[in-house]
Amino acid sequence: MAATFFGEVVRAPCRAGTEDEEEEEEEGKRETAEDREVRRQLARKREVRLFRRQTKTSLEVSLLEKYPCSKFIIAIGNNAVAFLSSFVMNSGVWEEVGCANLWNEWCRTTDTTHLSPAEAFCVFYHLKSSPSVVLCQCSCYVAEDQQYQWLEKVFGSCARKNMQVTILTCRHVTDYKTSESTSSLHSPFLKALKTQNFKELPCCSLLEQPNIVHDLPAAVLSYCQVWRIPAVLYLCYTDVMKLDLITVEAFKPVLSSRSLKGLVKNIPQSTEILKKLMTTNEIQSNIYT
Amino acid sequence: MFVPCGESVPDLAGYTFLMPAVSVGNVGQLAMDLIISTLNMCKIGYFYTDCLVPMVGNNPYATAEENSTELSINAEIYALPSKKLAALQLRSIFIKYKSKPFCEKLLSWVKSSNCAKVIVLSSSHSYHRNDLQLRSTPFRYLLTPCVQKSIQTKITSLNWEEMEKSPCIPEINDSEFCIRIPGGGITKTLYDESCSKEIAMVVLLKFVSEGDNIPDALGLVEYLNEWLQILKPCCDDPTASALRWKMPSSWRLLFGSGLPPALF
Repeated sequence: MAATFFGEVVRAPCRAGTEDEEEEEEEGKRETAEDREVRRQLARKREVRLFRRQTKTSLEVSLLEKYPCSKFIIAIGNNAVAFLSSFVMNSGVWEEVGCANLWNEWCRTTDTTHLSPAEAFCVFYHLKSSPSVVLCQCSCYVAEDQQYQWLEKVFGSCARKNMQVTILTCRHVTDYKTSESTSSLHSPFLKALKTQNFKELPCCSLLEQPNIVHDLPAAVLSYCQVWRIPAVLYLCYTDVMKLDLITVEAFKPVLSSRSLKGLVKNIPQSTEILKKLMTTNEIQSNIYT
Repeated sequence: MFVPCGESVPDLAGYTFLMPAVSVGNVGQLAMDLIISTLNMCKIGYFYTDCLVPMVGNNPYATAEENSTELSINAEIYALPSKKLAALQLRSIFIKYKSKPFCEKLLSWVKSSNCAKVIVLSSSHSYHRNDLQLRSTPFRYLLTPCVQKSIQTKITSLNWEEMEKSPCIPEINDSEFCIRIPGGGITKTLYDESCSKEIAMVVLLKFVSEGDNIPDALGLVEYLNEWLQILKPCCDDPTASALRWKMPSSWRLLFGSGLPPALF
């Protein structure tokens, strides 16, 4: 509880997140069969499903069990997705091998067969000339109760040791803790986190304590750390979370990494593609035209 | 599930298993950080679960450049074989409806590992105290029935206060009395589950308010130390006692980044 200057006593949120547990305990005691059914239906609605858009069939096994891979590259968030689209996917032919269908309060995509470019999505591709290279473009938010399911549907329950994972994502610069003020930082800038089995030198400096990462990037990296899969997360701290040319270009040092080196052919062409992507989005977001 | 760091599964038979509850002020977790950091405990495995919100970061107990790059996740287990101590650290909150399944899975694993006893470090909202509690020490303990016989004598010699029962429904006058730990997170669930599964568990908690809870964490580890004697006892001077617990490097910037000079 906290007292305000106006003499009222308000319930302050507890940073240990314990109010939920007390509510859950109370709810558990009062829950009827109807409540349980509603909860079950909600859980079903929030299930993560992987399927092939071309055949409209679900994947019976995990994605990487069906498509064994040696390199798994995932972009999470619109800037990371734009980076892979412009610099990696424009070189070579990429075939779509799966799509994740999920629903939560932030990502309400129900019809994934006809996605418009502005909608959030999670699509998997492999390189036709080298099918063991799998890429995931994930611009939808995967909620905390869906992250473990997403991992199971993609990686499966048995660890895949002969692969290397690269994760690209962005976070707002105000999340970065430093002894200087965040206003004095020159963003965007890149930081890395790697698992114990990742033996290469990352393309930028490592993320210092006490900084941490959450959400899907953390879920993927945790999985790789626990199951001893070499993995690296490249995190771009930026002050512009919407699609932004400077933020996307901040990922460029990653092009020299072993995972991406062989996949990038034409950088000037990529820059042109990126500029076009930006212009398309700018027109869509300008409410005055 | 427990996933070891190395090739073999460590043998925790006869170990004392310390763990925090994610509770008000995160006092249990801060206390665990102090214990793991001071004793330089070594990571032996992960408790990989879908019950906690995922998070990763570099080694929170780093002391030098060389050991700063080891990745840490949300639930890790550390050990100190010389003192037969194992410690679980939890670094994030529970996903909705997953706290009870977590308690069940964890306790089942602890029981199958043949640990001698479990000690839960926790806290409870100080504003929920009754008049008597306001006037007494802020520390409390709870024992499950199967551990009472072996530990009660020692506890009595320490003059510790047992957690009082309070009305189950506070508004009703003749309501039954039960153990309530408001703000204690999974503490009550762990305690109830241990009672029914005959697990030797001791809960140590402190009444706290949210804020800078480092002094509360120091208080709680000293309270634990009165019994377990992890560190040699020293004089009653609180400053001296604070100095002998090593604060981990990850406690930097606990209240955010530096301030912009233009603010002043």
